[in-house]
Amino acid sequence: MRASEKIIEGLLWLSAVITILITIGIIWVLLSEAIDFFQVVSLVEFLTAKQWTPLFAQKEFGILPLVAGTLLTTGIAIAVALPLGLTIAIYLNEYAHARMKQVVKPMLEVLATIPTVVYGFFALTVVTPFLQTLIPKLAGFNALSAGMVMGIMIIPMISSLSEDAISAVPRSLREAAYGMGSTRLQTAFGVMVPAASSGIVVSVILAISRAVGETMIVAIAAGQQPRLTLNPLVPIETITTYIVQVSLGDVPQGSLEYKTIFAAGITLFIFTFALNNLSFWIKKKYQEKYD
Amino acid sequence: MTNSDINRLKDKAFQVFGVFCTLIGLVVLGIFLFDIILEGAKRIDWDFLTSLPSRRASRAGILTAWVGTIWILVLTTIIAFPLGVSAGVYLEEYSRKNKLSNFLEINISNLAGVPSIIYGLLGIEIFVRQMRLGNSLLAGALTLSLLILPIIIVTTREAIKAVPRSVRDGSYALGASKWQTIWNQVLPASFGGILTGIILALSRAVGEAAPLIVIGALAYVPFTPASPLDEFTVLPIQIFNWTSRPQEAFQTNAAAAIIILLIITFLLNGIAVYLRNRQQKKIKW
Repeated sequence: MRASEKIIEGLLWLSAVITILITIGIIWVLLSEAIDFFQVVSLVEFLTAKQWTPLFAQKEFGILPLVAGTLLTTGIAIAVALPLGLTIAIYLNEYAHARMKQVVKPMLEVLATIPTVVYGFFALTVVTPFLQTLIPKLAGFNALSAGMVMGIMIIPMISSLSEDAISAVPRSLREAAYGMGSTRLQTAFGVMVPAASSGIVVSVILAISRAVGETMIVAIAAGQQPRLTLNPLVPIETITTYIVQVSLGDVPQGSLEYKTIFAAGITLFIFTFALNNLSFWIKKKYQEKYD
Repeated sequence: MTNSDINRLKDKAFQVFGVFCTLIGLVVLGIFLFDIILEGAKRIDWDFLTSLPSRRASRAGILTAWVGTIWILVLTTIIAFPLGVSAGVYLEEYSRKNKLSNFLEINISNLAGVPSIIYGLLGIEIFVRQMRLGNSLLAGALTLSLLILPIIIVTTREAIKAVPRSVRDGSYALGASKWQTIWNQVLPASFGGILTGIILALSRAVGEAAPLIVIGALAYVPFTPASPLDEFTVLPIQIFNWTSRPQEAFQTNAAAAIIILLIITFLLNGIAVYLRNRQQKKIKW
């Protein structure tokens, strides 16, 4: 009896520990291939060169254009999602009737469940043609519509998490503000948002991390031309798109070109890992302010 | 106008703006669904569902894609379900508050934030190359299992946490061992919540294309897979492939395939929401 209990506990422990093995696996895979890569290409060149052309005859390995493309689409996405998401969170918390909140919230959550390949199709076939009627110079593949659609996708992430943060602010603070004669707007921006700021910041950081790692929308709608620009109207390439591009092509496994996707992958991993830990740290540090 | 009038006006203005912002999201969602259905619905018929992929858009169907999707769903469930639930049970019921459990927790929340395409890089190296599974269903399902593992673990823990102490105490009082208590009381009581988590995780997996592209799932597979070691394609990859072709007819095909994919996704999410609501109503400990 006791032995079998011990065996079961051991098996359960093993499944929990597998999650650590996954992390070790990810880091090991990325590092081992990337180290091979960096024995040929210097880290300095990788981080400072301004061209990324590993698939051309004239090879250049500067990651900056891919990073620029990633930051550009992410920036556009956040510029769309942050004001919208935060306004929705405040509106649902301070203004909307409970009934309306009950209906609207799950409808917004639907946005987050739509597969990203579907969003990519939407960006390419609906949003880009629409934007082209407003901006005739807009290229068929561009950072603008990919970023905007990505912003729509992450609205529920920001609105939902920010709303949780705002509703966690104690009632007494809100009542004190009303007692001083504040309007709902003054209460929201003068008291609730500052009090919930750590939670809001966490939601934004997680949304940034999500946008940095997002793949299919940018792979479909943003183009495959790595270039060091902040112009949202021209085709660009993100880190994730590059990995997809190489995976679809017939680059021989084990070649230097093939190893570039792991170098790009580790760059992406470092970005998102840093962002996720930053949000975790903020959450830990400021969480118990009101308890 | 006095100051307080201005403030009241600003308050009203923000309220209107709030309604407007909330509606933007919903309106975009509406336009989007409307556009897809308008474009794709005319293409969906029995032939579309039962034809193999083809170079000619009008003859191309999604048979291999949806069969592949179902294969992937079943295999991923078989792999991720026991693994995720056991890890969740261990963390909630057995692990003591120490450095290891703390580390496990941070690690799982970190894994949840790793971009899906990175799981693809893990998959191609470990499952495709080291374990020599090739571009097979099994390699794809293993990759997606690791991807959705954090979701299953987290929701399993939440579900188990919701089972009150008294249920466990009652079981112990009757002389049951720890595992007997978990197996006979805690797991059945939390099964609804666990199931919700699994279905949510699967609805995530069903829409993933990026990691499967990286491990080498192909857009053109001229046969339906018959075993876990066969090559495969799934709906999102088929859609991606059609989307990236210039001809108008393929865009229509993509829209039609999207309708099928959305039906599957919404169906899974709907089941999860239904289960969650039922669970919340049913439980009155």
